[in-house]
Amino acid sequence: MQSQTRERKLALSERILLHVDKPARYIGNEINSVIKDPAKVAIRFVMCFPDVYEIGMSHLGIQILYDMFNKREDVWCERVYSPWPDLHQILKEQQIPLFSLESQEPVKNADFLGITLQYEMCYTNVLQILDLSRIPLLAKDRNENHPLVIGGGPCAYNPEPLADFFDLFYIGEGETQYHALFDLYQKIKISGGSRETFLHEAAKIPGIYVPSLYETKYRTDGTIESFSPLFADIPVRIEKQAVTDLTDAVYPEKPLVPFIKVTQDRVVLEIQRGCIRGCRFCQAGMIYRPTREKNVDRLKELAKQMLKATGQEEISLSSLSSSDYSSLKELVTFLIDEFQGKGVNISLPSLRIDSFSLDVMEKVQDVRKSSITFAPEAGSQRMRNVINKGLTEESILEGAGLAFDSGWNKVKLYFMLGLPTETTEDMQAIPRLANEIAVRYYEIPKDKRNGKCQITISTSFFVPKPFTPFQWAKMYPPKEYISRAKIVNDAVKEQLNRKSLKYNWHEADVTVIEGILARGDRRVGAVIQKVYETGGIFDAWTEYFSYDRWMEAFRHCGIDPDFYTMRQRDAEEIFPWDFIDAGVTKQFLRREWDNAMNGSVTPNCRMQCQGCGIKKFGTGICVI
Amino acid sequence: MKIRIKFRKYGMMKFIGHLDIMRYFQKAMRRADIAICYSAGFSPHQIMSFAAPLGVGITSDGEYFDIEVQQTLPPAEAMRALNDTMADGIEVTDYVILPDNASNAMSIVAAADYDISFLEDRKPPASLEQFQQGLDLFFHRPKEVLITKQTKKSERTIDLKKLVYEIRAEEINGNISFYMMLSTGSSDNLKPELVLQSLFSSMELVFDEDDLKIHRRDVYADGGGRWIPLGEFYG
Repeated sequence: MQSQTRERKLALSERILLHVDKPARYIGNEINSVIKDPAKVAIRFVMCFPDVYEIGMSHLGIQILYDMFNKREDVWCERVYSPWPDLHQILKEQQIPLFSLESQEPVKNADFLGITLQYEMCYTNVLQILDLSRIPLLAKDRNENHPLVIGGGPCAYNPEPLADFFDLFYIGEGETQYHALFDLYQKIKISGGSRETFLHEAAKIPGIYVPSLYETKYRTDGTIESFSPLFADIPVRIEKQAVTDLTDAVYPEKPLVPFIKVTQDRVVLEIQRGCIRGCRFCQAGMIYRPTREKNVDRLKELAKQMLKATGQEEISLSSLSSSDYSSLKELVTFLIDEFQGKGVNISLPSLRIDSFSLDVMEKVQDVRKSSITFAPEAGSQRMRNVINKGLTEESILEGAGLAFDSGWNKVKLYFMLGLPTETTEDMQAIPRLANEIAVRYYEIPKDKRNGKCQITISTSFFVPKPFTPFQWAKMYPPKEYISRAKIVNDAVKEQLNRKSLKYNWHEADVTVIEGILARGDRRVGAVIQKVYETGGIFDAWTEYFSYDRWMEAFRHCGIDPDFYTMRQRDAEEIFPWDFIDAGVTKQFLRREWDNAMNGSVTPNCRMQCQGCGIKKFGTGICVI
Repeated sequence: MKIRIKFRKYGMMKFIGHLDIMRYFQKAMRRADIAICYSAGFSPHQIMSFAAPLGVGITSDGEYFDIEVQQTLPPAEAMRALNDTMADGIEVTDYVILPDNASNAMSIVAAADYDISFLEDRKPPASLEQFQQGLDLFFHRPKEVLITKQTKKSERTIDLKKLVYEIRAEEINGNISFYMMLSTGSSDNLKPELVLQSLFSSMELVFDEDDLKIHRRDVYADGGGRWIPLGEFYG
């Protein structure tokens, strides 16, 4: 800000900055970024999102923790994102150590390097960050001079593929235990304790997992025989952490404002955490339980503060299923009344299409340009029952019909292929459903409708994730996925309204790798390292991902990728992530797996408690 | 009500391009509670127009844009509100309430002047005397100085004599520095790099833009025989 006249020295020279794509990725200085006097803080924390700046800056979790950490006087939390390949090469060639954005000092000088793990395909970027920071890739090679590398986020629910690279993991929501961790760090630092002592003591804090203090034994068939702590005073199970009161939980009133356009270039208002629906493929729906709402008055206050502090021209609601938020009407009405006249756009993702949401959407967006979105996830009712997606064809057609009557003519539909028990008929039902929607559109008299309609079908391939009822499921080889997409594509061509249908499908190769990393064990770490060492970074980006490089790394490490993807696991199998207590019990998940196999639907949390185990947190939907 | 805002761009903000600076100021208007007017429609935008885009890597003491507001605080207070919310490297230096019939900044831009020097770690490829001599031969003596200007789509020949209003090489604090006043605006926009590159090639010197530090002093309107900074010219 103005008062601060001392000009920061940038880590990169002008020459470099003027030659890399988007230098603003590397200079920091954003509105609401925090500069502290290094002499006056005890703990330097560098928070990393291991992808490019524009993606990382769009992530809400980091903004929350950045704000929370910096509210502590003794901590300075800074940020770092993955240098784009152009800068990656320069940093390597010119031997410039990776630096944090705020101080522009080497990441290696920090006390902690926190890395959020939001998707599996960023794992090679984790190694890129460590490598460019000149921190040994393997935790066992680090010493007192290196930062403590801590991982968190949804992928930390199966930390095992990354276990060798991290000193510790934080399992669950960051708002709860970081204070305890920082206090412990200070205490041990002052008393002159070692890194080893700190890690040992940290492992006793609820939610903290120190992989080096545990050992895995395998059976001859490759499955896990046992997983246990190496010391008697180290907990056997790690309990996930969850905020009890979301209303009072810390939330950034002054979020960072990037200079360049980022993916999520708006104020984000988290209205609730968790989801009552219980879709059986959805990891977020399980690990963020119990569903907790933020009080509507607090949200109104936050919206005002955040818009004022950022000057953003758009505000977006965030949750897994906004329509389930109990005060949605009140909140949305408030946002429209209060801000729409001031040039602020209101964006409403993940809304169920009904008369209320359409009414709101008409007010906040241009009907002619926008589209309405449904995520039936599966084409047939049978398949939707298997995945427990409580969306019926009737309600989709009704919602689409309402939207068409109000002037919309574009619909987006999202589905998954490769779900457990899927048959050719289930696949063919996808274009049939899309066709029915088009039929509904053309029922409107010609003079009352707005030209042709446009129905876009997108399919992704299903990846089984830990802590979901589908964690036992098998996957398929890339060829099989593509042939399923072809079945859908052929069926699209057979539809009466095929000219109004458009079909996109995902790549299959990356799906398989994602599946291996999602349910992998400690042995997979060597493969990730090999991929990085042979040039793999930005695997989440199609243009950089190489399936062959991954396959070559598996061969090199002598690890069979099919072990992780092609087996349907036994009910008794010990999973690499079983030592984590996510609140939702394995018994519940298995019951849901059985229900899926029987095609029976489970009521949502609001209708009836299913005894998933999360009730012990004593909050949210469980106590209403 | 029309307002003309003048600002400085310095330090690391020179790495932020023109479009992002526009977005930056749109947000700054909201943070500072400036009662800016919006266009109608589903995606309303602020009534704001910039005078002369500044290239990435160039610093400036004289950037301008006009806005339209419903009402305003006294200029000193509005300026303070804006400066309270500026990032390091941007400073609002003037806030002028324009007469209602004032033409907008973009339409009256006619010239801009620049200082160009070599980066601290770069040795100039010639001495001051050599540059002065070079300028004499390249620019001052000839009747016309034709160079090729390449744009995204085409290339055309322009006469620097008509577009360079002033140019000299001098020594400032022991460093060689060029000063130039150039035609600026939508029709005959001339970039300082291009002028210097032409000079260098006439002297058979290797030109590397990376060696240079470019600073814009101000942007001017044509006041009939003299250049008047945009902040003082309301047309």
